[in-house]
Amino acid sequence: MTAAISADGIRQRYGDVQAVDGVSLTVEAGEFYGILGPNGAGKTTTMEILEGVREPDEGRVELLGMAPWPRNPKLLPRIGVQFQASAFFRKLTARETIRTFASFYGVGPKRADAMLERVGLADKAETLTEQMSGGQAQRLSIACALAHDPELVFLDEPTTGLDPQARRNLWDLLRDINDEGRTVVLTTHYLDEAEVLCDRVSIMDHGRILHTGAPAALIREIDDTVRISVASGQLPVERARELLAAAGADVATLEDDTVSLSVSTRLPAPVLSVLAEQNALRGLEVRGATLEDVFLQLTGREFRA
Amino acid sequence: MTTTTSTEPKVPAPRGGSADAADGRERVSAFWSLSRAMLLGMKRDRTATFFILLFPLVFLVFFGSVTKGSSTPHAKVAQVGAVKLFDSMTGEGRSELDKVLTITRTDDEAGTLEKVRKGDFDAMITQGADGKVELRYTAADQVRAGALQGIFNSVVQEANQQATHQAPAYVVDAQQVEDKSLKPIQFLTPGLLGWAVATGAVFGAALTLVNWRKTKVLRRLRLAPISAGTVVSSRILVSLLTAFLQTGVFLVVATSFFGLKLTGNWWLVLPLVACATLAFMSIGLLAGSVARTEEAANGISQVIVLPMSFLSGSFFPMDGAPGWLQTVSKVMPLHYLVDSAQSVLTRGGGVTDALPTMGGLLLFAAVLTGIAWKLFRWEDA
Ligand SMILES: Nc1ncnc2c1ncn2[C@@H]1O[C@H](COP(=O)(O)OP(=O)(O)OP(=O)(O)O)[C@@H](O)[C@H]1O
Ligand SMILES: [Mg+2]
Repeated sequence: MTAAISADGIRQRYGDVQAVDGVSLTVEAGEFYGILGPNGAGKTTTMEILEGVREPDEGRVELLGMAPWPRNPKLLPRIGVQFQASAFFRKLTARETIRTFASFYGVGPKRADAMLERVGLADKAETLTEQMSGGQAQRLSIACALAHDPELVFLDEPTTGLDPQARRNLWDLLRDINDEGRTVVLTTHYLDEAEVLCDRVSIMDHGRILHTGAPAALIREIDDTVRISVASGQLPVERARELLAAAGADVATLEDDTVSLSVSTRLPAPVLSVLAEQNALRGLEVRGATLEDVFLQLTGREFRA
Repeated sequence: MTTTTSTEPKVPAPRGGSADAADGRERVSAFWSLSRAMLLGMKRDRTATFFILLFPLVFLVFFGSVTKGSSTPHAKVAQVGAVKLFDSMTGEGRSELDKVLTITRTDDEAGTLEKVRKGDFDAMITQGADGKVELRYTAADQVRAGALQGIFNSVVQEANQQATHQAPAYVVDAQQVEDKSLKPIQFLTPGLLGWAVATGAVFGAALTLVNWRKTKVLRRLRLAPISAGTVVSSRILVSLLTAFLQTGVFLVVATSFFGLKLTGNWWLVLPLVACATLAFMSIGLLAGSVARTEEAANGISQVIVLPMSFLSGSFFPMDGAPGWLQTVSKVMPLHYLVDSAQSVLTRGGGVTDALPTMGGLLLFAAVLTGIAWKLFRWEDA
């Protein structure tokens, strides 16, 4: 069985910006694969090249054993794509929109309507797409990508702009379609999302893939780090640094993002006692390493969603 | 396993999927649903409806109403004091006169003359004690002034004849020749219709293309297993339906309210409009391929359509224009549409008049579409 996707050394430059700088990846059939990275990392560009809507400056891509560029009509019915920005016809209702797109694939109105229902938009079927909220449009866009039962699905930040409830529902939907044997590739800013959904994630920044692996494995590599945070404003960050140094705490990172003061450390006990002595425990949270810490370690900077 | 091709066309070869029967059905359903999507979108877009249908119609109604009365100038005449010539007129003669003149009686000669100067009255009439009838009129509107003089001359002459109790030796029976070129609605209808069709097709194609590219609908279409032919032909269908709707509305309004008289082969305007629509669409396609934003597409289309309409005689005949302008207008498809539409709608032109125009319009469409195809971009960047 050939891999669902194999890409080798793809590069894309826009003027001065090297948006994608030598990306190689393989996605197995049936896999749930995530690309994680901050704004401007090159996720969308990479997706576009994989989907075959953009020709890379360099590199080679194969989808389901075929080259997606130039446009390959044999491949098209087998892939489903959701763009980062929704692309709808003007002045159509949600139902008309999905039925129109579905018809391009020979999919009838019944199935299209069922898909609408599946993303929770049945009650919005008669709403013009222009009048839908961002999250509703997003869900419609996903429904349009899935209506023709593609075996390979590309989703570019599918949960951006969704409320927590819709996000959970979409997670369930995506897990379901993956369980049906479809390959899913998704980009996200949300580490928790990648952690929950993906079999494997690639962490991307500045057009490069920094690391690829199962979320659990990535985290395990740094699992001895604990992240402690308290509400901001109880202890100035400079003062905290002095006190922690005086207490001999082993501090990996220390920062105050005006919401909370966070410390990553391998030894939580001295940090906690310093905070307790300063009576700065309001909003205390202690948690083990997450993908966020992985990202921090790989890129040397905080992840900014 | 297929090998990666090394050819790098800017536009991937647009081609349908494999040619089995199910595929054919899919393409048909895609064609209809895409056409339907565009039609619904257009119908719900008030601005588009306004510019495509109502705006040209407003022009037709406006020009039609303004020029409607111009063949019988109804003049306002002030009569100062007693004018025996008029006062003695009774019966049929008087009612005939009232059809073309509104006579207001006054006694203030100086004030009335001032009113004539200002244009409140078209003329003032007085009669001295010696029986001399004096007519003072403005020549601001020459046609009306001429008509007024004519009317008075004939009234006076008739009165003289009656006074001498002699049968007139010579009678002129003047009747206006039905010269179609002179009746404004007869050239206004094809002209404004041509302008409307050009506006609809050029703007429709240009704005749709740019909007689709910008909102990535074009990318969606490209990712769907439908051929470029399906997309193009459904856009053509939509443009044709629009143009036929415009034609229908124009002809109905012009014949029912403004006295347009259609000649025998008027239906030939339909194939003419169809061919012209393709020509105009190709202009729009070119504009949409060049433009990056909707504003730019709008501007380019306007810059093309408006001068083309003026030069093609959409609003007024170009007979009086300098020769070089008339030459310029000969490269414009609208010129030929207006010309041939006039011919088949109002001058009894037949198939032989329309066919060469249709051929020319199709050729124009083919050439421009070819150029547009070369400049076509799926994506903005
Ligand atoms: N069409 C374009 N023209 C020029 N530069 C572009 C274009 N598209 C993207 N870029 C640049 O390429 C880089 C990568 O962009 P890309 O959209 O791939 O990032 P991303 O990871 O998807 O970001 P986000 O999380 O914000 O969606 C950015 O610096 C961006 O400014
Ligand atoms: Mg992106």
